[in-house]
Amino acid sequence: MTSTPAYEHAIDVQQLHKSFGDNEVLKGIDFHVDDGEVVCVIGPSGSGKSTLLRCVNRLEVPTKGRVLVEGVDMTDPETDLNDVRSRIGMVFQSFNLFPHLTVTANLTLAQRRVKKRGKAEAEKKARENLARVGLEDKADAYPAHLSGGQQQRVAIARALSMDPDLMLFDEPTSALDPELVGDVLAVMKSLAAEGMTMMVVTHEMGFAREVGDKLVFMDEGVIMEEGDPAEVLSDPQHARTQEFLSKVL
Amino acid sequence: MKRTTKTRLTRGSLYAIFVAAVAALVLAADWPAIQEAFFDVEIAKDLFPDVVVVAAKNTIIYTAIAFAGGMVFGLVLALMKLSPVAPYRWVATVYIEFFRGLPALLVIFTFAFAVPIAFQWRPPGGNAGAGLIALIVVSAAYIAETIRAGIQAVPKGQVEAAHSLGMPAGWTMISVVLPQAFRIVIPPLTNELVILIKDTSLLFIVGMTLSQQELTTFARDGVSSVANSTPLTIAALMYLAVTLPLTRLVAYMERRGARGR
Repeated sequence: MTSTPAYEHAIDVQQLHKSFGDNEVLKGIDFHVDDGEVVCVIGPSGSGKSTLLRCVNRLEVPTKGRVLVEGVDMTDPETDLNDVRSRIGMVFQSFNLFPHLTVTANLTLAQRRVKKRGKAEAEKKARENLARVGLEDKADAYPAHLSGGQQQRVAIARALSMDPDLMLFDEPTSALDPELVGDVLAVMKSLAAEGMTMMVVTHEMGFAREVGDKLVFMDEGVIMEEGDPAEVLSDPQHARTQEFLSKVL
Repeated sequence: MKRTTKTRLTRGSLYAIFVAAVAALVLAADWPAIQEAFFDVEIAKDLFPDVVVVAAKNTIIYTAIAFAGGMVFGLVLALMKLSPVAPYRWVATVYIEFFRGLPALLVIFTFAFAVPIAFQWRPPGGNAGAGLIALIVVSAAYIAETIRAGIQAVPKGQVEAAHSLGMPAGWTMISVVLPQAFRIVIPPLTNELVILIKDTSLLFIVGMTLSQQELTTFARDGVSSVANSTPLTIAALMYLAVTLPLTRLVAYMERRGARGR
């Protein structure tokens, strides 16, 4: 991204409300992520942090408010969702690899269908990204034969194969055995070091402190506190933040 | 009396009743008469090769046509039933409920005799063709429900993953959902196939030319021409030769599927 972008923030969430039936999960969120920034979102379960993330690529449809991704309004019905989504990489807690396809096919499917890349080009891209996550030897394996940590790294490689401008991570290490968490975090760290724009919903406070440019604490559908990760973690201002951090740190 | 003694006595008497019942049947039955009625070797020999090269072959061809047609039509109905467009859902629901609620025999009868008159329609392949279309129409309703259940059994995260990669709904269905759905429904679909093999026997109602006869029609004609039931036995063995391996296969796949998940 050498030219000056035609938008203010990579992700710009304005007065976002989201209800499931009578249950209001997001109660007027204002939030943004800038190009090249790594923003970590923490908070107790049910705080709405995953819903916020899922509203960014419109896996959830906001009830009210606006979500701009690189200046494109995701809430506008005229928006070509698939086009914007192809520029937003998403990594899920449960990996969601396609179990009927090999690792390579997982990485090339959307490249070919959405980006219209040829077979050779897509496979080259797949190999590059598998190497990036340290799994080039698993190209022909099926997801079921990989460990959770390997599956998640393949999922990251799958998202990267679309050459996304930004990446969303929805609790990427929460479903992993503790000894597998490190490999996935290492991949995410190297991505951050390369300047990838990242929004990460996580419980990994160490990652947030070390890699994050900004930390956001959410509770009961609102942003309680945000700021420099080291400051928020060591000197939380809000009582709810203090209470939450005292339980998880 | 001790508990174990009591259990042993109960079980012993159950065995005794079983042995007595089998012995009574074996002794009371007139075996030569039964063999003459159901398995006359000479009559059985005369049935070959026609029972295989005409009757069994037609049964298999009719099953294949009805199953292939039912799959195509059933897939369309399943997708309609899951469509975001309400009228498609209504049409699919009414169709499926209607044809699952009717006896297949009645539908075959209607297509072979009532529809051609009412609509001035000459079915391809005559009555047998009309009956086959009826079988497709009925099996599509059952297959549609099976496929719909399979599609809905694919985890929601699969669709979300495809969407988040920018894949449009159509490609997501074709490349991600359907391959997984079909894997899930292979055992129930094979069951549908077994049912369909047997249901081709209902085509006897339409009356067929000699070369069109499937197993049951062939056997029924055989019974009246030789005044002996041996053709029924041979037809039964022919059906079992096809259906038994298939039902075993379903059982095997279900065991394997249960382990794999």
